[in-house]
Amino acid sequence: MNGKPHIKAKSIAKHVLLIALCLLYLLPLYSLALASFRPGRDLLRYGITLKTLIPTDLNLENFKGLFTIRDGIYFTWYGNSLVIMLIQTVLALFFSSFVAYGLSVYRFKGRKVVTTMVIFLMLVPMQILILPLYKLMISVNLMDRFLGVFLPMVVSPFAIFFFKQYIEGLPHDLIDAGRVDGLSEYAIFFRIIVPIMPPAFSAMAIFMSMQSWNNFLWPLIVLRSGNKFTLPIGLNTLLTPYGNNYDLLIMGSLGATLPIIVVFIFFQRYFIAGLTSGGVKG
Amino acid sequence: MSNRSPVNSMKIAPYVFILPFVLSFFMFYLYPIISTFVMSFQQVYPGQVDFIGWSNYGKLNNPEFKVALHNSFRYTVYTIALLIPIPLLLSVLLNTGNRTYNSLYRSILYVPSLVSIVVAGTIMRLLLASSPRSIVNVIAALFGAEPRQWLLGGPTQAMVLLLILALWRWVGVNIIYFLSGLQNIPDELYEAADIDGASGLQKLWRITIPLLKRTTIFVTTISIFGGFAMFEESFILWAGKPSPNNVGLTIVGHLYNKGFQEGEMGMASAIGIVLLIIVFTLSVSLLKFFGFFDEEGRR
Repeated sequence: MNGKPHIKAKSIAKHVLLIALCLLYLLPLYSLALASFRPGRDLLRYGITLKTLIPTDLNLENFKGLFTIRDGIYFTWYGNSLVIMLIQTVLALFFSSFVAYGLSVYRFKGRKVVTTMVIFLMLVPMQILILPLYKLMISVNLMDRFLGVFLPMVVSPFAIFFFKQYIEGLPHDLIDAGRVDGLSEYAIFFRIIVPIMPPAFSAMAIFMSMQSWNNFLWPLIVLRSGNKFTLPIGLNTLLTPYGNNYDLLIMGSLGATLPIIVVFIFFQRYFIAGLTSGGVKG
Repeated sequence: MSNRSPVNSMKIAPYVFILPFVLSFFMFYLYPIISTFVMSFQQVYPGQVDFIGWSNYGKLNNPEFKVALHNSFRYTVYTIALLIPIPLLLSVLLNTGNRTYNSLYRSILYVPSLVSIVVAGTIMRLLLASSPRSIVNVIAALFGAEPRQWLLGGPTQAMVLLLILALWRWVGVNIIYFLSGLQNIPDELYEAADIDGASGLQKLWRITIPLLKRTTIFVTTISIFGGFAMFEESFILWAGKPSPNNVGLTIVGHLYNKGFQEGEMGMASAIGIVLLIIVFTLSVSLLKFFGFFDEEGRR
């Protein structure tokens, strides 16, 4: 019976290791949270110090600053990010599930090629395509417009793949029943399939909203005027040591981060479902 | 049955369904790639375009591009070397024992990937601030080191910082991939190994790692793409300015500077094409080497 203490020691070691690691991983976010309630000029001068990590002398000046600094441009950025996120997510859910339905239900010529392309494009990072996409945006006059930010993202190969997996798991009888009832192929999709897809929609909605919210490089290229910026682009312009930039930068960063973490806490399983559909099935 | 118009026929409907993808593929993938290819043989002036053959590619023979290539390559290799074994071992740890604690750990490690790169970079810069009072300098002082400007400390230091940032952001994501791979390994294999008296290490080496092959290939592939596409991290850490001695310059960074700062669209296109070729060659040969396509075919 000497196996037990051995196992116990091992399990204690595991917890010590993981707790230490988790604390280390949370430290930057903890520093962000506390630094947000201290003067930006100290932050600019000293960075995050040991004193930052002790929760004393906190004040709400930076929070008030969100409303007053540069006439509250922060909330303009916030609104822009929200608008782009909502439109992009809704359109992407619609178009991607529409395509996925076509790929999973029908056997048609070209299906294999298209499916392979979808899988392949899932891997292609946006960064490689920015230059020609930028030229395209100029020629179709979409620069500095929200449409230019989200249009290239609304047919998402990743979401198509995810929905395809989901639809293939649904019973085919549903579709046959629709046909017997004389529904058109599109009505079958809209009236039978879409109503049973909310679990898949939620997972992708959360996943894609987060990506849109944090998207940096593409909006950086498309958006030119300060009042059109999304949050990450706006915050990025504050990374200069002038004025009361750091007041806004630090509290603004907290404001951009906190909502995602709260959403994550409540909808964790959707995040994980959204992530694990790609590539590792089976 | 009155609605069996041609558009609604089973022959046409599939193509209507895939139309959005096909349109987006031509507009946002194929056209851009082709036009980059064409542009890489051109000198693009405002209002005028000259065909200049291979000279844009010839211009790539410059020290800056070599540094960028070198940095991206090193970054990719190191991230793969770190971001596969560490998450793999952690996911094995998280796959046994108390489920409540395990999912708490897993969630906490995942949180950094939710943070915008702008915010992550800002925090990192503040933690590494050059003042003697900044937290990293205080810790360094404990080890007898002088306060310093961490971000300006040469190529090795810059790479280490980029890797720390990558570890912070991506360990949790890869853990989730590996955990999902682990769930597909039948328990019976471990039970059989227990009966044979296999040690924990033997089980890891003989069962877990071989059976995680598909997950590992997948994670390696996305790491190659992600590694060579890296740009935003160094853009934020060095505030969009060229990092001193280009320690943080990557291929995409070079492309961005040439195309968007200096207006050298032709040369930037050549960089883009080189990048595309490198990434596709590496990933396709990797997938081929591991027989990924064969397995796909058989299923």
